[in-house]
Amino acid sequence: MRILVEMAEVMGTDRMIDVTSAHVDGCLYHGIAGLEFAERLAAGGARVRIPTTLNVGYLDLLHPERYQGDPETAANARRQMDLYVGMGCRPTWTCAPYQLPGRPGRGEHVAWAESNAIVFCNSVLGARTNRYGDFIDICAAIVGRVPFAGLHRDEERTARLVLRLEGVPGRLLGSDALYPVLGHVLGREAGSAVAALVGLPPDTGEDHLKAVGAAAASSGAVAMFHAVGVTPEAPTLEAATGGPEVPEVPVTMDRLRAARDELSTSTGGALEAVSVGTPHASLAELGRLASLLAGDRVRVPTFVNTGRDVLAAAERRGVAHALEDAGVQVVTDTCTYLTPIIGEVRGAVMTDSGKWAWYAPANLGVDVVFGSLEECVRSAIAGRVERDEGLWADG
Amino acid sequence: MAEARTLVAGEASGEALVLDEPLSFWGGLDPETGRLIDVHHPQFGEVVTGRVLVMPSGRGSSSSSSVLAEAIRAGTAPAAIVLLEPDPIVALGAIVARELYGTSVPVVVASDVPRGRVRVSATGGSARIGRA
Repeated sequence: MRILVEMAEVMGTDRMIDVTSAHVDGCLYHGIAGLEFAERLAAGGARVRIPTTLNVGYLDLLHPERYQGDPETAANARRQMDLYVGMGCRPTWTCAPYQLPGRPGRGEHVAWAESNAIVFCNSVLGARTNRYGDFIDICAAIVGRVPFAGLHRDEERTARLVLRLEGVPGRLLGSDALYPVLGHVLGREAGSAVAALVGLPPDTGEDHLKAVGAAAASSGAVAMFHAVGVTPEAPTLEAATGGPEVPEVPVTMDRLRAARDELSTSTGGALEAVSVGTPHASLAELGRLASLLAGDRVRVPTFVNTGRDVLAAAERRGVAHALEDAGVQVVTDTCTYLTPIIGEVRGAVMTDSGKWAWYAPANLGVDVVFGSLEECVRSAIAGRVERDEGLWADG
Repeated sequence: MAEARTLVAGEASGEALVLDEPLSFWGGLDPETGRLIDVHHPQFGEVVTGRVLVMPSGRGSSSSSSVLAEAIRAGTAPAAIVLLEPDPIVALGAIVARELYGTSVPVVVASDVPRGRVRVSATGGSARIGRA
């Protein structure tokens, strides 16, 4: 509670409000401090008082044999995961809690951590959370209240700038490749501000919006965006901005190509691994991956990250089996850029994720090539980087 | 002497390290060495340990509070952090490290960029940044 009150001061409010659920990121091991914080709470008898889901941890508990790190780190990481479960959190181990049943509805106040989940919660669900970080997430779950500030308030949710797509051809709008790249531009332009995207197709799906948000919360500190005509608080541009004129930034093909290039540290050649599913792949994405692979086998180690609940659904539908047959390794409970699973890599790793592309060079010391899911699959089968430049051509 | 707003109280001095872009501590700072590891960042490779870290704002991950707390525990953290825009996730890492280890790394919000060797004095509410 002391931490929450001090954070209320930081956020400039003296009012607290109730939240109906929490999503906690503090279960991921980054060193002794996070573990000792959890030990301290648990020793004090702390229990969560609202439904609380857990983000990814450092370990894949369903496939422990894939872990290639040192045992001491694994033991600490496991202890930290167990402590959070012991405080009453659900062992969901996913960065995509919005793929679980019972997600919050429009206008509901919640306390979510995990940057991509925060953006999705505010933007796509229309539920309300601030950018809660490790530590305050579990405090909010224990107390059931948060400072009434930031995105919990109506007036903070309106767009302060507009990003308008200009001359983006239909074939790119229909490709999954556009959305992480657009998110990357959004993060660069918006910083921590709420922005409205204009020009997305009205039927833009949740997986594409997930990709926008995850990339925007990596290159920027974006906690919410509007997609006009798509997301619930932006039926019109006026609704998104609340009325006033706001600055407008054009998003041209030149800008998108530059952003795409920024997401790669290598342009091609030797391919050592492929990693998709960051944030965790949805059931639809796993199904698409399986159908793109149909009948083929990958020639380089290929990983897909997903939540254990989504994997269970994929197993029931035979999708998991199809992925296994194609040689794909399904990783749950964690992510390939958090923990040593991919192994020593000298060449490049290919990904369809803007977030993975952004963080993996620092976290794993690897080179990254960004491509669409289809390009990733083609490359995995060929054993070398194959990209379709035509996708990014003008009109 | 410039006025600033206190997010986390404390006193510290050190050489200013002025970042040209926002930084996410997670994926950006190695808490074992204090080195900036974000390959996209203009100050990639710099060491923050003992410096007064001046950053436009945070970026990205909600794990940044953990990484900052771990850096403070490990003794690799900046001496103080000066933000140009408030960032609760940065403040949170410093607050929790103080609760756990009693080590205060002041975090303040300033409107001017301090340079050279500076002293940050942050008490409840107001803070001052001056020459050390």
